[in-house]
Amino acid sequence: MRVIGKIGHWLDERLQLGAPIRETMDHPIPRETASWFYVFGSAAMTVFALQVVTGILLALIYNPSASEAWNSLQILNQQVTLGWFIRALHGWGSNFMLAIVLIHMVQVFLFGAYKFPRELTWILGVFLLLMTLGMAFTGQVLRFDQDSYWGLGIGASIASRVPIIGPAVVKLMLGGPIIAGATLSRFFALHVFVIPGSLMLFVGLHILLVLKVGINEWPMPGRLVRRSDYVEKYHALTRTEGVPFVPYGVWKDVVFSGVILLAIAACALYFGPFGPSGQPDPRVIQTAPRPDYFFLWLYALLSLLPPALETPVLLIAPAIGLMVLLVLPFFSGEGEKSWKRRPIAVLTILLIAVALGTFTNMASHAPWSPVMDASTAASIPANFVSGRTPLQIQGALVFQSKQCHNCHALGDIGGKRGPALDTVATRLTMDQLVRQVLQGGGNMPAYGKNLNSAETAALVGFLETLHPASQASARDASQTQGAQP
Amino acid sequence: MSELSRRQSFLKIAAAFNGVVGVLLGIPIVRYVLSPMKTGSDHWIPLGTLDKFPTGETRLATFRSPVSNGSDGETAELPCWVRNVDGSKFQVFAINCAHLGCPVRWFPQSRLFMCPCHGGAYYEDGSRASGPPERGLFEYPFKVLDGKLHIQAGELPTPGPSAANRDLIQIKRQPPCA
Repeated sequence: MRVIGKIGHWLDERLQLGAPIRETMDHPIPRETASWFYVFGSAAMTVFALQVVTGILLALIYNPSASEAWNSLQILNQQVTLGWFIRALHGWGSNFMLAIVLIHMVQVFLFGAYKFPRELTWILGVFLLLMTLGMAFTGQVLRFDQDSYWGLGIGASIASRVPIIGPAVVKLMLGGPIIAGATLSRFFALHVFVIPGSLMLFVGLHILLVLKVGINEWPMPGRLVRRSDYVEKYHALTRTEGVPFVPYGVWKDVVFSGVILLAIAACALYFGPFGPSGQPDPRVIQTAPRPDYFFLWLYALLSLLPPALETPVLLIAPAIGLMVLLVLPFFSGEGEKSWKRRPIAVLTILLIAVALGTFTNMASHAPWSPVMDASTAASIPANFVSGRTPLQIQGALVFQSKQCHNCHALGDIGGKRGPALDTVATRLTMDQLVRQVLQGGGNMPAYGKNLNSAETAALVGFLETLHPASQASARDASQTQGAQP
Repeated sequence: MSELSRRQSFLKIAAAFNGVVGVLLGIPIVRYVLSPMKTGSDHWIPLGTLDKFPTGETRLATFRSPVSNGSDGETAELPCWVRNVDGSKFQVFAINCAHLGCPVRWFPQSRLFMCPCHGGAYYEDGSRASGPPERGLFEYPFKVLDGKLHIQAGELPTPGPSAANRDLIQIKRQPPCA
């Protein structure tokens, strides 16, 4: 022990870090903030450290070349001892990091911690969120598979919509005219050097500010923030009720970080690594690209927005969202901190959570995508064809062979792009069915050029049978009346 | 002039000198970073002999990117859809959906192109049929030379306002019988 003490003394004589470290450990924090609600920031940092370590370990094997990246992931998954586990840790670590950063942000927002004098801490945090999202997207690109390849195409298509400079931005993003070797190299540089470097710098400043300005006190309803006397009151609070950060506050941070690391390891062990899916070969077009979990809501939004609104929403909404986050601490820098007296803040969080949750849930079903193989792989349930005439059965064959099934479900089998046709005959008369099939409309292609009159008659004859036994098919009232004497 | 103010003047001169050095270094660095913006003018690329594309049918063809290098691997092998309209007139469509670039698939029975991502659909002549795309499929200019079909390609087609897209829109505006 004496030797260690001597070495420590020798180092401290030169580094002179002992005093500032002791000061940091002993700095007083309000007693109530030694709480389980205040552990998310440190947990995010712990997971970031895990990402750095596992990222370096992966870089020992990973080959950032468009021709080799996919192979090197296969080698990691299957040949390198525990390579799959390191990949799984990195992949699950990424999901956990994003989730914890978001929870941390919600907690800070609901506890009013962004208010005076912690505006800059919040602003740095907003940039940390952007960088974390940037790491998630660039990381998804480095898993250079089909989803990654076509995801880059989607990113380029979005970037191309920027007025005037769009095409130049696309080439800058791709490192050339197409998605190729240069694209992967620059995303590797972003994911491994540029963004992590900025992240470390911003995390350092973020933590420095927490130490300089002091951790947010527990928000008490009615205890208002005023620029004139807040700092004085805060210091009075830490003087009278303060406890040293170590060990009062930090032990919960340490426990929670450990729990999170264990949870990541458990997920990695149980679920394994993410992908890679098929090879990034653009000639393999039998693919349905899907984004990673945290971008699924965006995938849903891009499918559901009216086409004319898409470009404005894609380009303007993120800018507005970012501006709102950045000016928030100046716009509401004073006043009530407690969520108990900030109903709009609580409702905002709930609204965003419900919207993102709904979009994510919809994206996992993707009802807007045609089921590309329904015409060959999904059969029409027997009850829709039994007892039909030969002409109607011929119509069922037309329904199948002309890919109607890709967008329309029968008995819950098939696409959800268009309405299910189980009872279509109760909604549309024969004439309306013919018109809809031939002319399309309402987001359905027109089949007039692709169906001859016999096929049309058979198809509509089949569709006419799609009604419950207890309910007649729709009839044109005017024609029915005209036919009667 | 006191020694201190002289040293401050030296510092200002040194800072200005470093500013000049910074600009001198900055110019090549910025040019290097921005260099991809200039790459990729479209080239004429052969797709193969005409007998690969029967009249009245739409077939998948592939070509190698004209600006590829060894590290691109399979990403330099690009697909496209070739429609032989009447034996002399062709339409060559980019594989990328005009919405967000996913690969569209041709269904010869319904004579439609469908996109697996957000549900865009196009008729056999590439015009928009339904879904989120705001326009028809991207088309490459083509010519027939020595019995081979050639297309002018090289850039990833995107829905933004690129020069290539403007040309394509003009082509689309020609009457169909021209």
